[in-house]
Amino acid sequence: MNHWLTAPIVLPLLGGLLQIFMGYAPLGLRRTLGLATTTLLLVVSVALLMLADDGAYRAYAFGNWAPPFGIVLVLDRLAALMLVVTSVLALFCHIYSTRGTDAVGRHFHALFLFQLMGLNIAFLTGDLFNLFVAFEVLLIASYGLLMHGGGTIRTIPGLHYVVLNLIGSSLFLISAGMLYSVLGTLNLADLAVKVPQVSGSDQVVVQAAGMLLLIVFALKAAVLPLCFWLPQAYSTATAPVAALFSVMTKVGIYAILRVYSLVFGDDAGALAHLGMDWLFPLSLLTLAVGVIGALSAQSLRRLTAWQVIISVGTLLAALSLTSVAGTSAALFYLINTTWVVGGMFLVADLVARQRGSVEDRIVTAPRMRSRTLLSVFFLFGAIACAGLPPLSGFFAKVLILQAVTPGWTMAWLWGVIMVGSFLTLIAYSRAGSIVFWRNVEGHVKDPGRLTLPVTVSAGALIATSIVIVAMAGPISRYTDATAQQLHTPSAYIEILDTPQVNGGSEQ
Amino acid sequence: MTLALVVLLPFLGAIVAPLFAQAGRTAIAIASSLPPIVALAALYPHWSTLAAGGVLVQTHEWLPAIGLSLSFRLDGLSLLFALLILVIGVLIILYARYYLKKHENVGKFYSLLLLFMGSMLGIVLSSNLLLMLIFWELTSVVSFLLISFWNYKQDARRGARMALAVTGGGGLALLAGVLLLGQIVGSYELDDVLAAADTIKASSLYPVALTLVLLGAFTKSAQFPFHFWLPHAMQAPTPVSAYLHSATMVKAGIFLMARLYPALAGTELWFYMVSFTGMATLLIGAYTALFKHDLKGLLAHSTVSHLGLITLLFGMGTKLAAIAAVFHVINHATFKASLFMAAGIIDHETGTRDMRRINGLWQFMPHTATLAMVAAASMAGVPLLNGFLSKEMFFAESLNLNLPGIWAYLPPVVATLAGVFAVAYSARFIHDVFFNGKPVDLPIYPPHEPPRYMKIPVEILVFACVMVGVFPTFAIGPLLYAAAEATLAGPVPEYHLTIVHGFNLPLLMSFLAFFLGLLMYTQRQRFFDFHARFREIDEKAVFEAAVSRVVEWARRFIEVLENGSLQRYVLLLLLATLAVTIVPITSLGFNVGSLGISPIDLPTTVGSLILIGCALGAAAMHRERLYALILLSVVGLMVALTFARFSAPDLAMTQLSVEVVTIVLLMLALYYLPSWTPREASLFRRWRDAIIALVAGSGMFLITLAMLTRPLDSISRYFLENSVEGGGGSNVVNVILVDFRGFDTLGEITVLAIAALGIYAMLRETKLTAPPTDGQGHPWSTDAHPTILKQISRPLLPLALMVSAFIFLRGHNMPGGGFIAGLITAVAIILQYIASGMTWSHQRMPFNLQTPVALGLFIATATGLASFAFGYPFLTSTFSHIHWPVVGDFELASAMAFDIGVYLTVVGATLMILASLGRLTNQSEVKPGAY
Repeated sequence: MNHWLTAPIVLPLLGGLLQIFMGYAPLGLRRTLGLATTTLLLVVSVALLMLADDGAYRAYAFGNWAPPFGIVLVLDRLAALMLVVTSVLALFCHIYSTRGTDAVGRHFHALFLFQLMGLNIAFLTGDLFNLFVAFEVLLIASYGLLMHGGGTIRTIPGLHYVVLNLIGSSLFLISAGMLYSVLGTLNLADLAVKVPQVSGSDQVVVQAAGMLLLIVFALKAAVLPLCFWLPQAYSTATAPVAALFSVMTKVGIYAILRVYSLVFGDDAGALAHLGMDWLFPLSLLTLAVGVIGALSAQSLRRLTAWQVIISVGTLLAALSLTSVAGTSAALFYLINTTWVVGGMFLVADLVARQRGSVEDRIVTAPRMRSRTLLSVFFLFGAIACAGLPPLSGFFAKVLILQAVTPGWTMAWLWGVIMVGSFLTLIAYSRAGSIVFWRNVEGHVKDPGRLTLPVTVSAGALIATSIVIVAMAGPISRYTDATAQQLHTPSAYIEILDTPQVNGGSEQ
Repeated sequence: MTLALVVLLPFLGAIVAPLFAQAGRTAIAIASSLPPIVALAALYPHWSTLAAGGVLVQTHEWLPAIGLSLSFRLDGLSLLFALLILVIGVLIILYARYYLKKHENVGKFYSLLLLFMGSMLGIVLSSNLLLMLIFWELTSVVSFLLISFWNYKQDARRGARMALAVTGGGGLALLAGVLLLGQIVGSYELDDVLAAADTIKASSLYPVALTLVLLGAFTKSAQFPFHFWLPHAMQAPTPVSAYLHSATMVKAGIFLMARLYPALAGTELWFYMVSFTGMATLLIGAYTALFKHDLKGLLAHSTVSHLGLITLLFGMGTKLAAIAAVFHVINHATFKASLFMAAGIIDHETGTRDMRRINGLWQFMPHTATLAMVAAASMAGVPLLNGFLSKEMFFAESLNLNLPGIWAYLPPVVATLAGVFAVAYSARFIHDVFFNGKPVDLPIYPPHEPPRYMKIPVEILVFACVMVGVFPTFAIGPLLYAAAEATLAGPVPEYHLTIVHGFNLPLLMSFLAFFLGLLMYTQRQRFFDFHARFREIDEKAVFEAAVSRVVEWARRFIEVLENGSLQRYVLLLLLATLAVTIVPITSLGFNVGSLGISPIDLPTTVGSLILIGCALGAAAMHRERLYALILLSVVGLMVALTFARFSAPDLAMTQLSVEVVTIVLLMLALYYLPSWTPREASLFRRWRDAIIALVAGSGMFLITLAMLTRPLDSISRYFLENSVEGGGGSNVVNVILVDFRGFDTLGEITVLAIAALGIYAMLRETKLTAPPTDGQGHPWSTDAHPTILKQISRPLLPLALMVSAFIFLRGHNMPGGGFIAGLITAVAIILQYIASGMTWSHQRMPFNLQTPVALGLFIATATGLASFAFGYPFLTSTFSHIHWPVVGDFELASAMAFDIGVYLTVVGATLMILASLGRLTNQSEVKPGAY
């Protein structure tokens, strides 16, 4: 067993603990330690990705209890990809936060690192109940981060967020209980073995549990009609938090992808592709509502928040095709959208800081101090978000469009995505031309200066849309391989054969 | 490699050029003209191959996953367009040097111009449809930035956004069309697509694909009904207009039709769609051009009209028509570019473009006037100029269309009519501007000839017009032939490039158009009066209003959906849950498993009745907060008893202590809330919610019934069997918590720690003013810490701590453990807080409460990490028995250390949460930084 599998979890845990112990140390030191943790996390994630790229499943049995009895971590291509996507985003958000965000409230770095720990548990775990625990860690840390900086404006959407998610947690527990009562196990691989074997009324219980679980994940992913908590929460959160949260909906999507490709995947017999017939129309509706929301947005942050929902719709539409091509396309899109949307939240914040009381609202205001640079950032981000060439969004979109075969599914998917892209284009061009070009006389008192860390972190996230294009070949090869792996659940099941370790003889 | 380099050069230039901005306009113009000149030089060696009918294709792999490759193709057609783009591009660069003012952002201008040039080159040189599409959309984006170059002008911004919406939207249609072609053919390589012409036309997807591709071409080339964006794009600086309207942007759509001509053309659908669109555009553009008083407006609408002409020629579907179309592309580009430049010179020198004010310029700038007049004559189709030749071919082709019955007259009539208008507006351009009396209060008077070098590009282009017009075979013959060959992708029919083909019907049509056009110009005032009766539509305003309407509509729609009501969101969540589970649950029905229903006994019945009653009571009394809380606590206690009744003592103990802590915390929170709330929900809502609750509850009941009556064959058997042997403890629940699933516990105590930190962070800055009285108006008791409570609680503390130590130690084998022990300790300390106040308690616990939390979590983690040292996975436990005098045989498990971590975290976190809440109450009492 490779102990490095635990690193993405233990590292932020220890880093977070260090932050608590050093609660009264100078801020500079805490920042350095926090950033060091995030950087190490990125290094570890990349190493794990290279490890996972051989296509093998690596299981890690906690407490040396062989699966399905103990909890296992499972590293495969998907998990590694999610780790890297998260840690890249996290590093830049973390850098950004060191220019003051971390000082407006207590325990920012600890919460930030615990949040990463929760995310990484969710991506690595091979156990349904442990996934629940990961969701709890995530939820509570994200709630703390959402509230970071305080103020009534954050309290209300934060309350909505936490209440809805606690209901979600209850549903998760009920669902896990139902599955356990019938299948007698919580290990994902073991569940995948047991699901095709049930029949009769047992099968109905499993079906109900599966659908319940889908609701839980859909709430996390912000699928219509469970997405309305998101825009307000994200657009009021501090910038690095909002940017980091562009990966939060992806956790829900990851969970859907993992559970519904493995437990209810191609080999699940009567329950194969459970709920995907619901998911496809809902995801298209989500996309549509996201686009309408983007058009309605009155500030750049809300525009970006609705872009998160657009991404969710697009991603799930591709996933619910339940084909290798669709899954691969969705994963490619996921990388692009997570990073770029994160960057857009940061850019919106930079814009807001230079426009005085108008902040990032889409209205006329005096000219910004750093208009040229910010408008270039926005332009690139908007192009990537709207899926125009030559940036990564376009390639992702083409991959998704190519993933369907002619028929009604294709007509719907293409229709919604095309019309959606068109309206998104209008929304972005309108917002951009008003915010950057429609200026009035006068000047903002004491506009925020662009410092190197914030510029670099916002710019780097936006620039990933170029990097992804440059590396489109290897990335799409990787997502293809990942999709192949996901659509061969039988290989995942083999982790059940993970033996116990005997004595201190192994690596 | 060459071709990729040719495309890449302008992009490199776009990066390098701005660096010369500081060095002045001349320097940057020279720097910018280098890439196109080098590109021309790089293309030159290939001419001999192409003239012989060869095709150069260079392919590099890029993204095979989506069928995208970096493949470039040079044949006659792409060479023709590349030459137009590069040559006119160089001339524009030179021209812009004198057009732009010193203070303008020349760096940005030249950079964008080169980007645009590169994108256009990319379109015409791509041999992969997806690659072409990338450049296609790039031109949309870059033209958006070029049109809005003067972004402080509202018209420029609006014109730019409109252009982006139309061409970008068309690009999306084209993307869909190209993807469909790819689906049909199985490749995006142009060679494959052209070779699969028959497959494409036979495919059931052909009509859809064709429509989508044409949508892309029509929007880009400003065909009716998408023509409206083009005239507004002239808000750009004139060099940009000259470039966009002549050789580039709008020609991209035309190029696409030419490029895919062999693959898509030749069907009825193509014929009707393309030729009728072309006809409509031709007429509308020509008609509107006449009535524009703005010089550039006239030219812009004339561009629309000429694009319609070319489209119509492609639509006709005959080979000769296609050749004529290609020919007219060249001719239009030359005369239109020179005309725009002339208009720019006039604008530059007079300060206006209004033809009602610009008159009689012949006296002031005869040189420019001569050039403009020749170009305008070419636009009108005067013999011995290039415009005439292609127009004659067009007239001839319009006569050759085999339309049924009376429809056969339509094309020639439309062609002639458009010719009439073309002559009329060209005549206006010449006469109104350069003659027709004296100028009317020009902003700049008297106008002068422009700088010498500003005229050179115009001169070159006008010279080309004349050369082609007089010596067509010599000047353009081989290039046109190569282009025609590439367009048709097959044998080129015989055609003659001679000045006059003899006296025939087309020539007659030309004369007719010429005569009627001049007549129309002389009678123009009548037409102006007629036209003035119709309200002019400002497409920009219409577009803007449409966008605003859409935005407004979207806003209202979203406000209805996202109304910020938690009740609404919870309702949606519950309804969604019911919607997806209702089918399986109803099909499950009243399903009792093989275990059957256990007999009903009295204690259980009474207990459940109390539980149900209190739960209902809590819901019913939710507006009276204190009572609701008391009822809730009873529910909690009953749940604890239920656990005890069904032999789950650990759960019962946990539930009990959790219950105590929760209620204390809630009581603290209640202090700040009014003791009751008014009824807010309507009767309908309450009943609706009650029904939803009932349905959800029933569903839950049916599920639970099915679950509990099934024999559980699960992994728990393994836990029972291995607990003592592998985990070293006989309390399976505890062994599961600290060993089998220790990682879950680690996660959960992390949750607890985060919650404590989060609440601390959240409440630290919060200041709440407590109400002076309770809900009924009674003042609070002045005796905050009653003596009796104080006296009882203090001796209780050591006792409670001892109990919790006991519970902790026995945990591994008997009901108990770190979690419960932690809660008991916490409750005992909470009691001290309540009884004696915070200040008193903190004096006796002079440490930071974050420390036990972090320490606990650290101990738990360290226990896990310790296994690494022995080569075992994280959290692997070990245990041995030791003899402890008095206490007896005692088992020491590494899990115990883990449990200490759990214990510390629970105590610390609970107290931290409590202290944070309590701090709000006792702002004055607590010392800053006391915890």
